[in-house]
Amino acid sequence: MLSVEGLSIGFQSQDGVVPTVQNVSFNLSAGEVLGLVGESGSGKTLTSLGVIGLLPPNASVTAGRVVFEGVDLLSLNQAEMRKLRGRRISMIFQDPVASLDPVFTCGDQIIEAIQLHEKIGRGEAYRRAVALLEREHVKDPARVMRSYPHELSGGQCQRIMIAMAVASRPQLIIADEPTTALDVTVQRQVLDILERLNEEVGAAILLITHDLGVVYEIADRVIVMNGGRLLEEATRDEIFRRPQHDYTKALLDAMPALGKRRDRLPVIERGGATDAPRAMASAAPPAPREPGPPILEVRDLSKTFLIKSGMLAQTQRYQAVDNVSLSIARHTTLGLVGESGCGKTSLSRLIMRLTEPDSGQILFNGTDIAQLSERRLFPVRRNIAMVFQNPFGSLNPRLSVQEAISAPMQIHGGVADRPRRVADLLDAVGLPRNAGQKYPHEFSGGQRQRIAIARALALNPSLVICDEAVSALDVSVQAQVLNLLKDLQAEFALTYLFISHDLSVVEHISDTIAVMRAGRIVETGPADAIFAAPQEEYTRILLAAVPRIGIEREDRQERLQ
Amino acid sequence: MTLFLLRMRPAVAASALLLAAVVAIAIIGPALAPYNPYEIQHLKVNQPSSPQHWLGTDEFGRDLLSRLLIGIRPTVMVAMGATVIAAAFGTFLGIVGAYGPRLVSFGIMRSVDILLAFPPILLALLAVGFWQSGVVSLMAVIGVVYTPHFARIAQSSTLQVMQQEYVQAERSMGASPLRIVFRAILPNILSPLMVQATLTIAAAILLESGLSFLGLGIVPPEPSWGQMIGTARSYLSINPMYLVWPALCLAMTVLAINIIGDYLRDLLDPRLRQ
Repeated sequence: MLSVEGLSIGFQSQDGVVPTVQNVSFNLSAGEVLGLVGESGSGKTLTSLGVIGLLPPNASVTAGRVVFEGVDLLSLNQAEMRKLRGRRISMIFQDPVASLDPVFTCGDQIIEAIQLHEKIGRGEAYRRAVALLEREHVKDPARVMRSYPHELSGGQCQRIMIAMAVASRPQLIIADEPTTALDVTVQRQVLDILERLNEEVGAAILLITHDLGVVYEIADRVIVMNGGRLLEEATRDEIFRRPQHDYTKALLDAMPALGKRRDRLPVIERGGATDAPRAMASAAPPAPREPGPPILEVRDLSKTFLIKSGMLAQTQRYQAVDNVSLSIARHTTLGLVGESGCGKTSLSRLIMRLTEPDSGQILFNGTDIAQLSERRLFPVRRNIAMVFQNPFGSLNPRLSVQEAISAPMQIHGGVADRPRRVADLLDAVGLPRNAGQKYPHEFSGGQRQRIAIARALALNPSLVICDEAVSALDVSVQAQVLNLLKDLQAEFALTYLFISHDLSVVEHISDTIAVMRAGRIVETGPADAIFAAPQEEYTRILLAAVPRIGIEREDRQERLQ
Repeated sequence: MTLFLLRMRPAVAASALLLAAVVAIAIIGPALAPYNPYEIQHLKVNQPSSPQHWLGTDEFGRDLLSRLLIGIRPTVMVAMGATVIAAAFGTFLGIVGAYGPRLVSFGIMRSVDILLAFPPILLALLAVGFWQSGVVSLMAVIGVVYTPHFARIAQSSTLQVMQQEYVQAERSMGASPLRIVFRAILPNILSPLMVQATLTIAAAILLESGLSFLGLGIVPPEPSWGQMIGTARSYLSINPMYLVWPALCLAMTVLAINIIGDYLRDLLDPRLRQ
């Protein structure tokens, strides 16, 4: 139905055309789900944009053909292409909240999508929209139709997007990272919907993702891209059982997988000196240190936010953190998992005293820091460091790397030779020494996260809080950073509070686990025990929702029941 | 110096040269004037360009070129001075308005709103009415008039920057508020302020000309470009070039300032540096 032959896409630049996608060919037949897998920069999104003629202005197709039901899409003009888009080919984007128009109700947007392609009355279109939402098992469709995008959760917005995409019964749906911004349990539901719609409507789906687990769940066939080239194409079972290409093998290896704990994740080597993995002093990593007494103890910590949704609305109380107690032994890692909105970030901000707790104690090395004044807290701060989620946001774009890493030293003093210390830290996180003179925008996401880690380590802290520190990174880069964190923990005797929504990452790095839901800790215990035999229903649901390669979904749910 | 100029974009180099000339003339202008700019000659009223008077004469027969040359000084001083005053106070108020204690920022931002509600010309009229008119008071008045604009921009940009994780990171390291303001906030809100400053210089020149036109700014017989444009309006049908010359000078200067402003913004932002 769709056949892409020798597609090449290049970017215009000062030095001529830079080829970005080279000679990509694949076929997609009706009703099939094709997974297009690759890391960021692999050209997977660009390929899909090339197929539907939505390339950015400075990019153009340099060679190849895209034939959709006998028509060469590349020869169509803008108007013909527009007719085709939405009616026969639909797209679902990564960030559902951003791709809906904030000033119209969701209902209006679905109705508009229906009416764009069919000449029917508003009432009829409304009934169809409700029917679509019902088919996606949206609770109370009438209310959702009346709501604006910001009033709905990410999962609900993605369902609206899907409803809009399938409204015109398209033959082809291109889904670009449709579940990446969603929680595991919501991801599960959205994947279910996509799969069912694929069966009911008979649409072919081109699923673009970096997540091999997602591909395993619903794809029939898989193609793997890297560096703008198509490396491998095979059926799902083939690619996961017998990957042919080295890159595919490495990608599968680098992914932390539930139930398969390894000391180190294999790392995909990449060209270029700047991205070289860290040079280790000895071949074998230093042995992990023995756990000590608790370094951090949180007792009955609570925080309530008052929310006023409108001028006349009643102030609502929102208990973000509800009587949370936990403790981390020295030189160990506590993994804090939970879905978005469960209060895990609020908790980390409370421990960092970026927000003031309502009640409870935070014992750091035995001293309660929950109520200390900022002045009394100052000496404590040098012992607690934080690595933030977004490596693009946590570094001040106006400061050079040198200045960024020296910041804690400037604030707290006590380091005589700062340039030397910065050089040591750059070594420790595996960045070249000349990195200090550059600015953050000159680095990739993984490198920036290394800079952020170097900054956190500047004053030899004893506790490092990692808030979703690897969530924004590609699988192979994530593996590098996770390995780095593990090495540094042994080398500098660090204790981690590792916050993540990704259970497989948490399992990989943690000694103990705390599962958080709606502001409360529902389950804590040693990592092995929790992942082997979860006691709480919620933990079981979370674990069952994680896509796992090699285990079919039905089996997974049965196994856990 | 020449090398430095050559390496810049041509428009930027030209603007830099033009601005340098404007500033130089502001300082030594009176020495360059071919005629006495105050000398009234009733027989030479409203003449077009001629070998004697390159740019013609005005309604009192005074040499236009001479008046343009000495008119730079008040124009440039008022515009630059007012912009510096507005930028300094406005940025300070805006950052405090976003970052300061709740009550203080409430007070600041509501005062800014009240000031913004006044039409600038009315506010300037009021203030000039109380004080003597002259370069210094014009500078102060126009500076105050444009302070709220800077305050608003600084406040909204600061609020945005404060949401960024790097500000949280500074706080988590225990950075003092002063450090956060000067290292994290100020450098990151500079771009919109720079753009506003170039716009304000242009607007200040226009407001100065408006006030001078109303007789509340630079008092005749002292010339300023704005005042000349204001007067020339009445003689548009007799001597159109009387309006064109000061307006051209004004337009070129404002354009040059805008180009330099854009260039400075790019230069200050490491992300846009080549």
